[in-house]
Amino acid sequence: MFGYVIRRLLAAIPIALGVSMVCFALVYLAPGDPIQTLLPPDADAETVERLKRLYGLDRPIVIQYAEWLYRVATGDFGRSIANGRPVIEEIQRSLGNTVLLAFLSVLVAFSIAFILGTIAGRKSGTWIDRAVTGVAVLGVSIPNYWLAIVLVIIFSVELMLLPSSGTAGDTFDPTSWEHIQYLILPVITLSMIPVGIIARTTRSAVSEVMNQEFVVTLRANGLPEWRVLKHAIKNALPPVLAVMGLQFGTLMGGSILVETVFAWPGSGYLLSKAILTRDVPVLQGTILVLAMIFVVTNLAVDLFQSTLDPRIRRG
Amino acid sequence: MSTAVSDAVPPTDPTELALPRQRGYWGTVGYRLRYDYVTLFFGTLLLLIILAAVFAPLLAPFDPYQESIIRRLKPPGYQDRYWLGTDELGRDVLSRLLYGGRITLTMGIMPVVVATLIGGTLGLIAGFAGGPLNMAIMRVMDVFYAFPSVLLAVAISGAMGGGAINGMIALSLVFIPPLCRVAETATTQVRNLDFVDAARATGAPLRKVLWHHVLGNVLGPVLIYASSLISVAIILASGLSFLGLGVKPPDPDWGLMLNALRQSIYVSPLVAAMPGIAILLTSVSMNLVSDGLRAAMDVRS
Repeated sequence: MFGYVIRRLLAAIPIALGVSMVCFALVYLAPGDPIQTLLPPDADAETVERLKRLYGLDRPIVIQYAEWLYRVATGDFGRSIANGRPVIEEIQRSLGNTVLLAFLSVLVAFSIAFILGTIAGRKSGTWIDRAVTGVAVLGVSIPNYWLAIVLVIIFSVELMLLPSSGTAGDTFDPTSWEHIQYLILPVITLSMIPVGIIARTTRSAVSEVMNQEFVVTLRANGLPEWRVLKHAIKNALPPVLAVMGLQFGTLMGGSILVETVFAWPGSGYLLSKAILTRDVPVLQGTILVLAMIFVVTNLAVDLFQSTLDPRIRRG
Repeated sequence: MSTAVSDAVPPTDPTELALPRQRGYWGTVGYRLRYDYVTLFFGTLLLLIILAAVFAPLLAPFDPYQESIIRRLKPPGYQDRYWLGTDELGRDVLSRLLYGGRITLTMGIMPVVVATLIGGTLGLIAGFAGGPLNMAIMRVMDVFYAFPSVLLAVAISGAMGGGAINGMIALSLVFIPPLCRVAETATTQVRNLDFVDAARATGAPLRKVLWHHVLGNVLGPVLIYASSLISVAIILASGLSFLGLGVKPPDPDWGLMLNALRQSIYVSPLVAAMPGIAILLTSVSMNLVSDGLRAAMDVRS
């Protein structure tokens, strides 16, 4: 096991480096010279040259990447063009909000989807199974930014039960309704896709276990149905938990649209504002951090899964 | 000469007489689809959506760009002529949805087509060549796999400065890795089968082995997977426009319309929800048709 953990960790390093290279390259995808965004359009050639030297842009790209990587590794992501604050502070301030949102969404999705998927998996082929499959398809087909708007129309505009966007304050207080009410609509919206995916996984995992011989044996031994189900769930749980972990990583990086609709002050909203103001350092830094979180979650899920079930270990 | 040969063959094949109801592969697929009412229904719906977009100039009751200050944000059925109401600049929502279908469907389908061509080819090369070339291609794909798809699309199109073309390039890049992986897996499986070895051993040129034996077996899974990506692509493409990264105003795009009408939910909530319904119907239909095709083409069941 220890050797496997080391191997997986080592395999993740080139991936992480590759991700950092893609993020570094983002600046060069931007139209025009990065220098031109800093200088007025009528700046003379000499000024441009001086500034290029100052920022190290005249040196080979490999050296530039190495220097950038060193700075990033030491926590220096540069400064925001929009407000001049260090990018790392902006990310730190918003990341917690996105973690909260993603974590709650996955938890809600799991609670709903696991029940739905288990029922469907036990009764595979019946109308209940087809209904759950229908819900799952709907879950992954709904554009969640649209669902967000529809929920706001229903619960904020028409019923006036919940606030349409924003937060109650900078620090989240889980005991106060004032704070919790802002979370409800974003969490429902974001849990939609994971509900579809987790329900599908649960359904196939449960129906697969239910068709195995040991289930027949348990039943033949006269075990009550709920205890048979307990065994089935225990065997179906690892793949479902793995999918749940992967969905957390996906939501961390994929909540940008929903956060934008709800003006939820997380990393996705930060990203969306950076796009509008063409704030490349913030864009680059946020994407790097979110992608790294995704890499680490995937790695953690893989290690967790192989601890539970050593058969699935990869080469 | 060829006519002489075919004349010599008896008109009826004896095996066909013995088993009159034997169906070929495509016959079986067609037979299954004919009784799959869910797929048929949503396939028809999808066809209607595509036709509506193609024939938008004939179907649209108004010019989708015609603004009017006096009829802004009117409800559906306004004056019995604006069936789905008007938007924040007084433009007819139905006409804009019809024209918007052209843009949104293109933004969704084009990246999948491009990614299928590029990713499929890369996967075919990686799978067939194996060894270091496979390593090189697949490790690069792994790097792009390490991004959540929404984030990668936003990152690339955001850095490139938005616009419909940049959005499509970004989405193509997002879909190349998964398609490459599917093609690579299928190719690796086929490559090690005996009939491929036999073809190579009899001296068939590589080009012909790839074309006749490998591609035929790889194309199915790749195309089915690609069809399931179109729904994701449409949602992502509209999402990019929604963020201001895709289509630019005043062009009608479902995502862009949704974002513009979002500001008017207090005045005209029903109209604000319309573009999303168009996206939802398209993506549900696409998903179910893709699932239906997958089930019908699965020879094992």
